[in-house]
Amino acid sequence: MSEGRYGIYGGQYIGETLMNEIIHLTEQYEAFKKDAAFQAELDDLLKNYAGRPSLLYYAEKMTKDLGGAKIYLKREDLNHTGSHKINNVLGQVLMAKKMGKTRVIAETGAGQHGVATATAAALLGLECEVFMGKEDTRRQALNVYRMELLGAKVHAVTTGTMTLKDAVNAAMMEWSSRVDDTHYVLGSVMGPHPFPMIVRDFQSVIGKEAREQILKREGKLPAAVVACVGGGSNAMGLFYPFIGDESVRLIGCEAAGKGVDTGFHAATIAKGTLGVFHGMKSIFCQDEHGQIAEVYSISAGLDYPGIGPEHAHLHDTGRAQYVPVTDDEAVEAFEYLARTEGIICAIESAHAVAHVKKIAADYGKDDSIIICLSGRGDKDVAAIARYRGVDIHE
Amino acid sequence: MSNISKAFSNGKAFIPFLTAGDPTADKTVEFMMEMERAGADLIELGIPFSDPTAEGEVIQNANVRALKAGITTDGVFEVVRKVREKTQIPIVLLTYLNPVFHYGYDAFFARCRELSVDGIICPDLPYEEKKELSDVAAEYGVDLIPLIAPTSKGRTQMIAREADGYIYLISSMGVTGVRGQITTDIDAMVKSVREVTDIPCAVGFGISTPAQAAEMAAKSDGAIVGSAIVRMIAQYAGEAGPHIYAYVKEMKDALRGIES
Repeated sequence: MSEGRYGIYGGQYIGETLMNEIIHLTEQYEAFKKDAAFQAELDDLLKNYAGRPSLLYYAEKMTKDLGGAKIYLKREDLNHTGSHKINNVLGQVLMAKKMGKTRVIAETGAGQHGVATATAAALLGLECEVFMGKEDTRRQALNVYRMELLGAKVHAVTTGTMTLKDAVNAAMMEWSSRVDDTHYVLGSVMGPHPFPMIVRDFQSVIGKEAREQILKREGKLPAAVVACVGGGSNAMGLFYPFIGDESVRLIGCEAAGKGVDTGFHAATIAKGTLGVFHGMKSIFCQDEHGQIAEVYSISAGLDYPGIGPEHAHLHDTGRAQYVPVTDDEAVEAFEYLARTEGIICAIESAHAVAHVKKIAADYGKDDSIIICLSGRGDKDVAAIARYRGVDIHE
Repeated sequence: MSNISKAFSNGKAFIPFLTAGDPTADKTVEFMMEMERAGADLIELGIPFSDPTAEGEVIQNANVRALKAGITTDGVFEVVRKVREKTQIPIVLLTYLNPVFHYGYDAFFARCRELSVDGIICPDLPYEEKKELSDVAAEYGVDLIPLIAPTSKGRTQMIAREADGYIYLISSMGVTGVRGQITTDIDAMVKSVREVTDIPCAVGFGISTPAQAAEMAAKSDGAIVGSAIVRMIAQYAGEAGPHIYAYVKEMKDALRGIES
């Protein structure tokens, strides 16, 4: 069996052209992990550039309103560039630079990962090209311009469904055509090994901090930690340091779009089946012939037909639970958090907020729940207005 | 002698590729017969996939057309069955792993054996993952054709040593598609392979002209052409048959008389 397995999931199902590169990447990553100078440089960037540690905010009004567990928000939305994506990107781009690469490429859905990659590339002096589905460039026009301001070139991908899946296809193709000077900064805990491991490790700072912060604040572990899941990077980053804490429930919230039974959703665990795609064996939304399905979510960042292999494994073993959350519920939670706590979060993160609204009252007042607020919602304001039928000029 | 080695016993092999079901399954049967009649030595038949990440735009679009027209994996086997009523030309299926996975490995290779499919190429199944298919393919007597890329370097001989059928030498970086120039040192790739095995090597990716095919075949055992043919199918759709015949004949003629 190949490297990088999580139970039956994971692996390296990728073209021969890229094999030497990902083997090299694995070796380099293992070396950087033990390299104190690299780690110190990364820590410095995380602290002094990205603004870590991020706050663990006690959402008192929300807690009172929901009448159950104390709700804490892990404020990844306050990071530089406005989402958790910067954690992984700083690690990977720094690594790319040390590996002698002069150019990075990335896929992006909502644009958060693209913006983070363009930012790190600007800071560290690398060329940057971002692949984004044409449909998403429309949904997230501001982020396209943001990336361009940062000096990146944005390619609108017009194949397939013109969303995140197609952006990943295009980035993989580009990487296989130019690998010598280029690193592919994959944005989620997916793709061929070593990416699910690398992205998880760089994102684990979320869970590590949250665990320390909650212990300090509450003197005990939370009852549950909750995050939205597309590919699953913010969820994996939050979950990973809690996996050994068996009393802590790990809950991932998938995009149920218009409902898991409508055919317009991206609820991979709820509706998907085992398959091999994008370099990994995992669970995918697909038809009975193994053709990857068109998925749908109001949230461009969750609009992906697969899930990272480690999530699939955590689901199999029962260690983590995955629940579907619809567009309606997410939009309602988006508005609720804005009114209740004065926080406009990303529509992706609002999926996690929506689920906690449902379950908070099931817990006692001595319990706590941590929600990963993976990103801020500025990018979504126009789309939410459209959803509500309000015509605004951006 | 397996059916695949027969393909390499008639001078340098010319290997055309087409996507099954583009524009229709019946047309695919007709096009394959034209290829055979024009002198093709082996045909690579693509099973359409929603996300063919090794393919350039031309073949990607063929996949889209074929899936829209409604072909399934069983439909592809039906194409092979009809072709097999008329000819024993070596046939190799090119497919991403997921459609095979969903068909079920045993069922898939059993069907291959029934229809005398000679081999399978899986662009997203590198050496490290080949156990996924190698045992079941061997059990049913179907060759798992490996790919070797310009970036394979230290991996070439490891792959070649365990190769079956033939070796698909990827001439260029990136995805499939017509290229003006091929700059990879094919001689060096073949030499490295030859040190460990006598299995034939065919070069693909980027070849479209008779001169390119002759140049690549002179350095190896054959030339594989996909996008140039699929482009004709895109242009002429159901009327592509005569164009395919003329093209394959011209390409095979260009390979005749090249010394090994």
